[in-house]
Amino acid sequence: MMNIFKKTIFSVLFSLLIIGNVNADKIKIGTEGAYPPWNSKNASGKLIGFEVELAYTLCRYIGQQCEIVEQDWDGMIPALIMRKFDAIMAGMSITAERQKAISFSQGYADEVASLAVMKGSDLEGMNTPEGINLTLGGSGVKKTLKTLTGALAGKTVCTQTATIHQNFLESGDVGKINLRTYKTQDEVNLDLASGRCDVALAAAVAFTDYAEKSGKPVVLVGPTFSGGAFGNGVGVGIRKDDTELLKAFNKAIEKARKNGDISRIATKWFGFDASM
Amino acid sequence: MDLELMINSLPKLLNAAVITLKLLSVSLIIGLFIGLFFAILRLNKNIFINRFAYGYSYVFRGTPLLVQIFIIYFGLGQIEYLRSTVLWIILKEPYWCAIIAFALNTGAYTSEILRSAFQTIKPGIIEAGKSLGISNRVIFYKIQIPIAIRQSLPAYGNEIILMMKGTSLASTVTIMDLTGVAKYIISTTFKPIEVFIVAGGIYLFMTFIIHNVIKFLEKKYSFN
Repeated sequence: MMNIFKKTIFSVLFSLLIIGNVNADKIKIGTEGAYPPWNSKNASGKLIGFEVELAYTLCRYIGQQCEIVEQDWDGMIPALIMRKFDAIMAGMSITAERQKAISFSQGYADEVASLAVMKGSDLEGMNTPEGINLTLGGSGVKKTLKTLTGALAGKTVCTQTATIHQNFLESGDVGKINLRTYKTQDEVNLDLASGRCDVALAAAVAFTDYAEKSGKPVVLVGPTFSGGAFGNGVGVGIRKDDTELLKAFNKAIEKARKNGDISRIATKWFGFDASM
Repeated sequence: MDLELMINSLPKLLNAAVITLKLLSVSLIIGLFIGLFFAILRLNKNIFINRFAYGYSYVFRGTPLLVQIFIIYFGLGQIEYLRSTVLWIILKEPYWCAIIAFALNTGAYTSEILRSAFQTIKPGIIEAGKSLGISNRVIFYKIQIPIAIRQSLPAYGNEIILMMKGTSLASTVTIMDLTGVAKYIISTTFKPIEVFIVAGGIYLFMTFIIHNVIKFLEKKYSFN
């Protein structure tokens, strides 16, 4: 009796081992598929976007086959840590907070964040500089944050959950606001259009892309944000113990940048060169 | 296992459990009235009224709660005309959208539970009332409804527990209930197992309380 039991367990474990190793030489890359133009899905459900195309390019430089896996944004880092895939390419900015949990390759693109409102909002025509860098600081930044604090007071501000945008809105830099967080950027866009949100914060391209595709009068307001809570560009997220893969990705990004691949793909998807 | 995180997240999650209980109790109270109303309609002999009540429970029991929330929250929000009406004051708030969806959903189930409870009342009990000269109205309010409620307690207890777990879907429309806060903590700590174990434990505890309250009521109002 015991023997049969042992045999069964052994064979089950053995078969699991074999199944687990079939795809061992493929690099699995996780992406959200809901943050156009960074990554999204086309009508037939195929993953497309800047990062999907870049991922295949980088894998060619690494010399290994890749498989792109879809994963909800709010479970992205836990899924990487639990080995559901080996790398994240999902418009994820490199921040100190995330670096406590995972490593990042060098940045491959720059994400510029901006506030957006519906046309006719009283926030339109806010008197701020074109862009502020929170890392640099200075009196200009302080003055802009003060203007924003006044303008956003009592407003419902919407953003996607677990993003640099949420971190910034919670940092207290713009005072106390009525913050609402959503699972996906699509839902933020929907509620901005419906009027449940007075103003939203995300990558500027996420709003322009939505305005273009839906025809809704979404307009960017205020300054563009970078530095500080907004991190240092977007990079590939990799498990901390996976140093070999990190090196491989860094090398591949270096090569792709030199050959102009990153700027070419970025220009194709964003309409401007967002590479870094 | 990060025990420290589990202990630290407990007070935040308990605070969020209060929101969950609020969502649950408000939607159950509204849902009970909706359920009673439609159960009575179901007992009506008029075929149109009967079919209407049946249609309501058929639609709300036949579609997922998540779909119902999305239709009420995101779907109705897309209708431009609606946004200019008074209704928008309520529909603008995620909290009320969730309550409406939960109440309509539990109302559908409750109407079925109460209907079957009404139908199991033995005719002899009503006849006994009639032979004592009690009016139909009084028979309905003082005899049929109390017996039906007692009869439906076990099934209704189940419905409360199902609804309590259903409230976790409120987190999909930005409400920071128990699940919403759990997800929020995970998004900053990247440790889902620890946080979900604590959140799951709180849900289990709430089920334990509801289960025992229903058991107590069943004993108290038992016929024997």
